[in-house]
Amino acid sequence: MLETAFFYLFALLTLGGGVLMITRRSAVHSAIWLIVSLMGVAGLYLLQQAEFLFAVQIILYVGGIMVLFLFVIMLVNLDQAAKERQFVKPWWVALAVLLAIGGEFAYILRTNTGAFRFAVPVEQPPPAGGNTEILADVLFSQYLLPFEIASLLLLVAVVGSVIMARKRA
Amino acid sequence: MMSSVPLSWYLILSAILFGLGIAGFLFRKNLITVFMSIELMLNAVNLSFVAFSYHLKQVDGHIFTFFVMVVAAAEAAVGLAIILTVFKNRSTLEVDEVDSMKL
Repeated sequence: MLETAFFYLFALLTLGGGVLMITRRSAVHSAIWLIVSLMGVAGLYLLQQAEFLFAVQIILYVGGIMVLFLFVIMLVNLDQAAKERQFVKPWWVALAVLLAIGGEFAYILRTNTGAFRFAVPVEQPPPAGGNTEILADVLFSQYLLPFEIASLLLLVAVVGSVIMARKRA
Repeated sequence: MMSSVPLSWYLILSAILFGLGIAGFLFRKNLITVFMSIELMLNAVNLSFVAFSYHLKQVDGHIFTFFVMVVAAAEAAVGLAIILTVFKNRSTLEVDEVDSMKL
């Protein structure tokens, strides 16, 4: 019962933050509401016993990416843009695409007996150790190559963004 | 011990969150807000990864979410650098007006 209550709480945070993010006029307000939404998702991770991802979500998304966003928002001066209209001009095109995707989702939800047939979890003894320990074991044995490729990707991204953002010579 | 919150609730929440991201991506005019909508969609997908991982009692979904977060960080760094350059060259960030990377 408590778990359901917490699910509703975090789902409300996530969806409320998302709705306010796409409707606020000011970009800074949007970023703040996105942070609220990301915190809600982090709470849902915790509810599903993904403690490591909970910590990474807070540290990397809220502490890293969103601070980067706020820096850039404050570097570009958008005060004047915030007074003008905030939605794209051919709004009916956007609405048509959104309705198409919404219709797909609704169709899948309506045919729920066919769409929601999940694999049954295999009965197995729970692995020893905490969530972070298990993740580390799997990450550094089974997924070692993707891990190394990810580090290479981060290096490329760092070099690329420095080259992109520096002053023209 | 079975969870009291069924898997389908998480998936429906994830679908709604993804739809919100699409709405923001399509409707907003400010390039930075469009970019933030992409982050929202990535989070929706991560949520369903973790939900399936919890349901199937395996950690592979967690690993995948971790990699998605790494790619999102790299993408944010490069994307925001591009946004800064676009703003420097055009002094506007409205998607109606920024229709080519070249000046």
